[in-house]
Amino acid sequence: MVLDDPTSRPAPAGKARTDAPWRHDARPDELKHIGKPIRKVDARSKVSGLTKFADDLVLPRMLHMKLLRSTMAHAEIVHIDTRRAAALPGVKGILTGKDMPIPFGILPVSQDEHALCPDRVRFVGDPVVAIAATEEEIAWEACRLVEVEYRELRTIGGIHEAAANPEPRLHDYGVRGNIHRLENLEFGDLQDGFARAEHVREDTFFFEGNTHLPMEQHATLAHFDKDGKLCVWSSTQTPHYLHKALARVLHPLPAHHIRVIACPNGGGFGGKSDPFNHEIAAAKMSMLTGRPVKIALTREEVFWCHRGRHPVLMRSKVGVTRTGRITALDFQSYLDGGAYGSYGTASTFYTGALQTVTYAVENYHFRGARFFTNKAPCGPKRGHGTPQPRFALEVQLDKIACDLGLDPAQMRLDNLAPRDSLTANFLRIGSMGLGACIEKVVAGSGWKERRGKLGRQPNGRYRGLGLACSSYLSGAGLPIYWNGMPHSGVQLKLDRSGLVTAFCGSTDIGQGSDSVLGWIIGEVLGIDPLGIRVVTGDTDLTPVDLGSYSSRVTVMTGNAAMQAAERARDLVADGVAQKLGVPASRLVFADARVFDSEDPKRGMTWQEAVCAAEARLGTIGTVGSYAPPPAAAKFRGGGVGPSPSYSYSAAVVEVEVDAETGVYTVPKVWMAHDIGRALNAAVAMGQIEGSVYMGLGEAMMEEMAYRDRSHKGQRIFVHKIPSLLEYKSPTTLEMPAVVTYVVEDPDRNGPFGAKEVGQGPLLPMMPAVANAVFDAVGVRVDEIPVSFEKVFAALQAKQDGKEPRYGPATDASGVPEVDFGDSLKIKTPWQGGDGTAWNEPKREKKAAK
Amino acid sequence: MTEPGKVLATFSVNGEPHEVAFAPHKTLLEVLREELNLTGTKHGCELGECGACTVQVDGTPVLSCLLLAVDAVGKQVRTVEGLARGPELDELQHTFADLGAAQCGYCTPGILMAADALLRDNQRPSRDEIKQCLAGNLCRCTGYLKIFEAVELAAARRRGEDAQPSKESIHGAR
Repeated sequence: MVLDDPTSRPAPAGKARTDAPWRHDARPDELKHIGKPIRKVDARSKVSGLTKFADDLVLPRMLHMKLLRSTMAHAEIVHIDTRRAAALPGVKGILTGKDMPIPFGILPVSQDEHALCPDRVRFVGDPVVAIAATEEEIAWEACRLVEVEYRELRTIGGIHEAAANPEPRLHDYGVRGNIHRLENLEFGDLQDGFARAEHVREDTFFFEGNTHLPMEQHATLAHFDKDGKLCVWSSTQTPHYLHKALARVLHPLPAHHIRVIACPNGGGFGGKSDPFNHEIAAAKMSMLTGRPVKIALTREEVFWCHRGRHPVLMRSKVGVTRTGRITALDFQSYLDGGAYGSYGTASTFYTGALQTVTYAVENYHFRGARFFTNKAPCGPKRGHGTPQPRFALEVQLDKIACDLGLDPAQMRLDNLAPRDSLTANFLRIGSMGLGACIEKVVAGSGWKERRGKLGRQPNGRYRGLGLACSSYLSGAGLPIYWNGMPHSGVQLKLDRSGLVTAFCGSTDIGQGSDSVLGWIIGEVLGIDPLGIRVVTGDTDLTPVDLGSYSSRVTVMTGNAAMQAAERARDLVADGVAQKLGVPASRLVFADARVFDSEDPKRGMTWQEAVCAAEARLGTIGTVGSYAPPPAAAKFRGGGVGPSPSYSYSAAVVEVEVDAETGVYTVPKVWMAHDIGRALNAAVAMGQIEGSVYMGLGEAMMEEMAYRDRSHKGQRIFVHKIPSLLEYKSPTTLEMPAVVTYVVEDPDRNGPFGAKEVGQGPLLPMMPAVANAVFDAVGVRVDEIPVSFEKVFAALQAKQDGKEPRYGPATDASGVPEVDFGDSLKIKTPWQGGDGTAWNEPKREKKAAK
Repeated sequence: MTEPGKVLATFSVNGEPHEVAFAPHKTLLEVLREELNLTGTKHGCELGECGACTVQVDGTPVLSCLLLAVDAVGKQVRTVEGLARGPELDELQHTFADLGAAQCGYCTPGILMAADALLRDNQRPSRDEIKQCLAGNLCRCTGYLKIFEAVELAAARRRGEDAQPSKESIHGAR
């Protein structure tokens, strides 16, 4: 029997069984599996080469598909001639934009992509034609035989250009011109906040875009079978959203005829969380040809897919008291969105949402603008929209500490947002371990004794220390499309063999989400986590989980798994209690046995217990589901930022700078992360170290830069470095020593108190590196990446007696002129606000489609 | 009879002979994955930039995406599928699995093959030697640290020591 009581809607986990021994504040010694360094459920397959990634799959009669991509940054498609390609022996199918006219996109508000461009291309790499052939090489050759006639349009190359050129519009939706989104939110009384400030700073920062660079190139295999069912295997982080996009574009194919199987992802980092044109085109091609169709992207094409970090220009004005307490913050961000909407609406809000979660900001004004430009579309990369403002704010606080002669670490400690509180923008903070994180890295790095004192080393270089902090969400509080259903569902099947099978739509991208299911279920049922069978990411078999994004899986899937396991435990207890004649409340589940707590010898094995339950109740299965607690914010835009809990990180970075050249190294990093509770210490460590690594790459070298030249009167506007060699990322040789502190401040919304770990520790790396460079050689690089040539330029400026800084213009010309209109005004909780905007016009009722 | 335009050759892969017909411009990577279905060897660039396709040829780590398959004929090719001894995993595989040195697992086969070759040449590699050896293998998940620790631990175990991971590498610093 399946238990799902429709009257009990998915409850916040905090409500579930507070008497249970696995409540969030359980002592470590009460837990058998949680917190232990158990290997991941799929670890041995991965080290044996047995894990099947999407491109490892082969079906009989499979065709290979390739995409002909635009060579123009911005143009109308005048004519496509595929006749020569069609005549090539081995070519089995050709698709163009007219074959898939329905647009799609990850967010309901920006359905602006097509599987193949029907009439217009918007960046170099936009797909125009799909060709399937018996051999990969034939498909490539056929692409070369296609002739596309373009009519060139003016290229919009960046933020300033997009702001200055409303025409030609890239899209016929959005705010106006090439402005995709504008947000303007005001919390509290800014005028009063700045009036009370004793020191005010205004700075401009730029964060260049960078990309996920997963080691696995995206791949998809699609098979439309003769029963009219479509199956799509893909390297996707979000099988449910891909399923929705396929159902939309392939209409009238019924959604329930479509099956999406998310293969293990060879790295995601956000880069595989949009539904992609190649996935939809492969499905359509299989329907056209009646044969399985595979596409595996080249590395260059992965750069065209992108959806990575937005380039963001920022202007931040902060007011503080003489002792460094923040009284007001006025933050503006300008995002270069690239050619399509993607997650951009959410990204824009995220550049403003979490500033208030680390430090108490009494009065806060956020303005954000996202522009369409003729570049590969930007979207969510690890940290999604929050690393850019985090960089700006943390560097600015460092400058303020310098201005006021304060210790940057102490100044942060003095400003901490309180635990169990509402922020100015109505985000609900639960557990809050940032203070502990700062203390760990300050003590470990010898901050108090060493900062500002390392200076010139015997080798002639200069050392310095930099500190920065951050917070991140444990899953987005709202789903991507409005609905009242759970964010995560888990089904358990208990077998007479004693096998427990967990079915869940979550997708393992290497972070260990499959293992999280095993650990939690194993703990609740008292059985070995490695003996649990985990079936995930298959829309035919598994209940919906929204996907592996926004660091949501441990908390949301974990809570759903816990509910399903608790229900299974109750059923098994019922069977055992009856068989043993012992009250169910006296039963203990441990060591794969169920026994009487008052007489431990009286009991049975787990397998016998499952059989006893099945004999009494029939086939045993349970479900669990989870939806986050309702958000406190009710104003328009308040849907981005709320989360069941927030993680916290603090980092100290040590650098060694050659003051002659600007070349620097990072010998050591101290990173502390408040994870709530580490479900598995070793796996959590891996996430923290991986974040340090990826943050280091962003800080020092990674950039999604474009080459902007003219050639024969035509603007050449292409990605500068679409290869793994030229897109610089840290190797083993750049990786510093890392001292990792796992700080545990359990949160009552998390399974066993757990919070996120996959993204948060990346954020403080970039500002900490910039602050360390300043500590070493006294120059500011207000731009990411802090590449050697920028450090050198700042050192030159210092030598020439100019401002020792590299970055965008600090005056008003640093950011484009944009009319943000009137702000939405929201009273803060301490002004008696209720989470609504007092000047908000009545909203049209069109949201819930 | 061989198809026109193809060569017929016998490879020794993981100690077993395989007779394969393939176009002469095919790389070893393509023949391993597409003709022999040994998909444990991965590709990340097919330009020799990422190291994901590393296999051993006569004991030496090579990038199989840059080696023409015809040049591997008559040589001993070893892939990740040949690392375990029957049902028993190699020490490197054990330590990579237990320490979380494989996250997404995509770069892992290449790194294992490079590390295995290192450990056969050098029973006690220093951290710097491990870094040098793996500098051509990109990993985007781990930050490399668990990989270094796993190689060091496997080296110790191959030397017959009863080595265990440090507490700090599993639970973090105190």
